[in-house]
Amino acid sequence: MPARKRASLALAALIALAAPAAYADAPSQTRQAELLYRLRQDCGSCHGYTLKGGLGPSLLPTALKGKDDDTLVHVILYGMPGRPMPPWRFEVSRDEAFWLVREMKKGLRDER
Amino acid sequence: MNARTRRSVALCLSFVLFGFAFAGAARAEGTEWRATRGTGDLGLIVERTKGRILIIETTRRSVLKRLGGFGDLSHASAVFSRDQRYAYIFGRDGGLTKVDLVAGRIVERVMQAGNSIGGAISQDGRLVAVSNYKPGGVRVFDAETLKLVADIPAKDEDGNPSKVVGLVDAPGQRFVFSLYDAGEIWIADFAGGTKPKITRYPGIGTLPYDGLITPDGRAYVAGLFGEDGLAKLDLWHPEKGVARILAGYGRGEKKLPVYKMPHLEGWAAADGKLFLPAIGRHELLVVDARSWKQVGRIKVHGQPIFAVARPDGRQIWVNFAHPRNDTLQVIDVATMKIIKEFKPGKAILHMEFTPRGEQVWVSVRDADRVDVYDTRTFERLAAIKAEKPSGIFLSARAHKTGL
Repeated sequence: MPARKRASLALAALIALAAPAAYADAPSQTRQAELLYRLRQDCGSCHGYTLKGGLGPSLLPTALKGKDDDTLVHVILYGMPGRPMPPWRFEVSRDEAFWLVREMKKGLRDER
Repeated sequence: MNARTRRSVALCLSFVLFGFAFAGAARAEGTEWRATRGTGDLGLIVERTKGRILIIETTRRSVLKRLGGFGDLSHASAVFSRDQRYAYIFGRDGGLTKVDLVAGRIVERVMQAGNSIGGAISQDGRLVAVSNYKPGGVRVFDAETLKLVADIPAKDEDGNPSKVVGLVDAPGQRFVFSLYDAGEIWIADFAGGTKPKITRYPGIGTLPYDGLITPDGRAYVAGLFGEDGLAKLDLWHPEKGVARILAGYGRGEKKLPVYKMPHLEGWAAADGKLFLPAIGRHELLVVDARSWKQVGRIKVHGQPIFAVARPDGRQIWVNFAHPRNDTLQVIDVATMKIIKEFKPGKAILHMEFTPRGEQVWVSVRDADRVDVYDTRTFERLAAIKAEKPSGIFLSARAHKTGL
């Protein structure tokens, strides 16, 4: 195994170990899958199935870059009065909204 | 060999050769496809997440072919050529694809924009128009070759670009559409050829989210997200401008959140009345088709998405937005009562009637299934496997204004 590959493997292992700590409040695996499905299928009604935007704006990493997490979470939970964005707090918790924001900022890696 | 025998030998030979050529062509397709098939009972189902369509027929209720290669088909729709042989499919990613329903293959495909929402085919069948979010506007293509004929960027009076929604065809070789951000209705008149004459109607209201044209092609109506009311343009008298109808239909009540925008296309006209999804209310609005005054409202299960009339006008079928999208309701127009409620599965996205209304095809996205119901007995006639099905489009649309 070349040194570079070993290093990247080690890095991957480190990230994998670190991940649970970074996501202490992350939803369960089942819930994560559910949230991503909802994000693509139902948020996708306005933002597009690929999240590149439709009647609503793009939710791709480039579009969300630099936007404040708390603001985005607030928009998810409470919607935007006067605009079509509805409040989702009836089925998405605060922690889940934070998790979604982080996932969207990284770019979704689920299998479509 | 005399001249007559020679002629008949030549004739026989040419028949044989023609036969071989024909058989060869049929074999080349590699399927049971026959050039002689009629297309009046054909249609297609969109598999939104896989970029595929199913070509279906409604006589035996079967899938004839699954075709891929359409790109992003979330929120895809289709129109049909006037001979009902070709379907034009509008993808979300700006793809415009022409499909030969008889041969079961893609014949033309262009990427015409970055982000698009739907399209229409002209009265004479020679132009296909696509409405785009990005770059906002309408692009018009030759229906035969898909070559660009006209580009109509949609900008408000200050030059700000706008998303285009509610694009329909209208009599007189016109297309009508609405500008979501700008709050305008535009008519693009192609009667003079390929250079359209544009008429703009600014200030029609806040955030028009979709539009429709009445089945006779006379009235264009835009639904407004930003206010209680709709904007109506009489295409017999376009010089009179746009009028507000159903102003304040919510009577000041607080609006409920809308988890999916209603669709106005395929709206319900029955018994001299029109049935429209209210926005932000769990109701259908009932409008007198002559006076355009509200004559009633019907409480329904959730935020209505589609309210479509069975072709004979006796029933209205309604589906709903998330999270109440597991239910279908049927309204009897004679009594204005809900006579049937189904729960076929989660995410009922679309309903399409056969041309004479004896069947309705219903896509149940989360169940990966399209159900076919008898509209008289409500018995389920068939369940067709389809992966995340959304729109269902039957070729009978070819002969209907606005569809």
